[in-house]
Amino acid sequence: HLVSSSVSVPVSCCKMNSLWTVRLICTTTAVQKRNVGASGPEKYTEAFIKKQIEEFNLGKRHLANMMGEDPETFTQEDIDRAIAYLFPSGLFDKRARPLMKHPTEVFPEQRKIQWGEDGRPFHFLFYTGKQSYYSLMHVSMLFKHQDQLTNICDILNRNLAGSRWLTKIELEEMLLEKVSDNDYSRFIQLLQKLATLPCADIEEKYIQKFSKEVPAQLQKVVIEPLQHDERGVAFSTGEGKRKTARATAVVYDNGTGRITVNGIDILHYFPVLQDREQLLFPFQFLGRIGKHDMVCTVSGGGRSAQAGAIRLASAKALRSFVTEKEVEFMRQAGLLTVDPRVKERKKPGQEGPRRKFTWKKR
Amino acid sequence: MERYPATKGGGRGATATAPGRARPAPQEAESAADLPPLLLLHRPRALRRARSMALPRLLRAAAPRLYSTVPAPAPAPAPAGNRPRADDDKLLTEPLSHPDFFSVKELFTLKDLFDARVHLGHKKGCRHRFMEPYIFGCRLDQDIIDLDQTMQHLQLALNFTAHVAYRGGIILFVSRRRQFCHLVESTARACGEYAHTRYWQGGLLTNAHIQFGPGVRLPDLLIFLNTLNNVFEPHVAIRDAAKMNIPTVGVVDTNCNPCLITYPIPGNDDSPAAVELYCKLFRMTIIRAKDKRRQSEAVEELQRKAQGK
Repeated sequence: HLVSSSVSVPVSCCKMNSLWTVRLICTTTAVQKRNVGASGPEKYTEAFIKKQIEEFNLGKRHLANMMGEDPETFTQEDIDRAIAYLFPSGLFDKRARPLMKHPTEVFPEQRKIQWGEDGRPFHFLFYTGKQSYYSLMHVSMLFKHQDQLTNICDILNRNLAGSRWLTKIELEEMLLEKVSDNDYSRFIQLLQKLATLPCADIEEKYIQKFSKEVPAQLQKVVIEPLQHDERGVAFSTGEGKRKTARATAVVYDNGTGRITVNGIDILHYFPVLQDREQLLFPFQFLGRIGKHDMVCTVSGGGRSAQAGAIRLASAKALRSFVTEKEVEFMRQAGLLTVDPRVKERKKPGQEGPRRKFTWKKR
Repeated sequence: MERYPATKGGGRGATATAPGRARPAPQEAESAADLPPLLLLHRPRALRRARSMALPRLLRAAAPRLYSTVPAPAPAPAPAGNRPRADDDKLLTEPLSHPDFFSVKELFTLKDLFDARVHLGHKKGCRHRFMEPYIFGCRLDQDIIDLDQTMQHLQLALNFTAHVAYRGGIILFVSRRRQFCHLVESTARACGEYAHTRYWQGGLLTNAHIQFGPGVRLPDLLIFLNTLNNVFEPHVAIRDAAKMNIPTVGVVDTNCNPCLITYPIPGNDDSPAAVELYCKLFRMTIIRAKDKRRQSEAVEELQRKAQGK
């Protein structure tokens, strides 16, 4: 629903075809009710939410009529487009722009009143304050040691597969009540303990409620196989970047150690010794200095950046020529890691990214 | 629809009765909510401790209202379509005319208590001064609790619990022993009552309106299966219940302080057998009382219908 406020402050309301827009005029501390924090977050009654839903549906139909569309098939995306069209806003933060959503998305799901008409609470652990959390712990009768032998393999399989326990925030959303850090860690400990016990189907399902599949995170980087050109020489390609420079390198086997950059020999392209050293480092590390030819293209960046980019590209290309162990060595030496350092931005009120203006005593 | 406001009972203040005087007869409530108060049950003189402080009031006085800043909820409208007042009174006053309306004495015998090892106390060094009247003797440094006194106390406590349950009161089981936590929670669930066997947050009873929300109803009876908490100190709930004028029933061992508990039950609180016995007894009394209430209401309904026709 459109932005609404429930605090008693002076507001101006304008009605546009039954879509209420409420805007705060002014707030002063005198007007706000005292002891706001003590009452806790706003509690919405069921009747209020119901009314909001009715108003939302009515407003949706009016909006569809306004836009000339069919009220029956007016989806949420249509609503968003219509609102963006009718109330154009240049505000940067998307959340500050006018929105019209279903009340269940706007008003966070909250605990309704926990007791009945006679005042008796519904849940038997109500007086502990954390009824949902403690009722999780009070899982009765489920975990009898029925079959000791079954399902040990299943337990192992379950652990190996990509799954994780719920995070604290997800648990809070599930229980609709605050969970402290200690409580959460205790809960995870107990779940892990339970998972090690041999248990049957019901318990499996119960534990699965609290675990989530982690999508295939196997980050095995695929090393491309060697390709062969018309002459039958094996070659491999690699890409690298450093600061703003982007480079591609093609490394040929059975070579004499000639390296060409953008069609120019490296002695002419990189007159400085340091850059040439950077280029040769991967070959020197693997002990293959005179054995490969390289043809690279590079653009962007400066002298050093281009050298670093070509170095990374050649190291990546060399992975195809080399055993897995040596690839691991290369990785540990830092040859295969993209250097994340970029130029830091200048901040207002300072002369540079870190340098402040000269401090004058008077 | 019956709603319990923060105050219970008429405007009777917390007047202290001098020890030795008979209690005044219970009076009808004149509160706007139109509800009968929790009535005092007369206890035999022999069990009154000479040295104890003024016994806590069982009627809820106006005291709780002073602490909270939340305005009292508006007096509830008259129960819609329910029994008229005269029948209500009859339903509630009839059990009070019998000494043992719920036949609580049949639920246990001395032998049951002995078999469940209720008489075993702690060592002599752990003895609490105020538990000396309840101790039968000391054998090989271990205190033995007097089971005759335990029988009487247990009968009173169970009788009181039954009356509270009969009137639809909220009963809260409290215990801070980890080994009995599951048992106590299951017992509470079986009775349809409430349990609290976890860490006690300070303002649960005294700050309930802030912690739970306005209009929450506090428990009408607290039952302690273990009076001490995990560090062997008296449970905070005893003091809080006394502050909020909530009656308490508690199993007190030889190292516990029975002072602020309304209906102490001297007995062992460490053996699983004893605690299981207590849970069983409380569960049976509460279920019995609730069944009786339902029966009486059904009988009333039939009678009224017969008269109405």
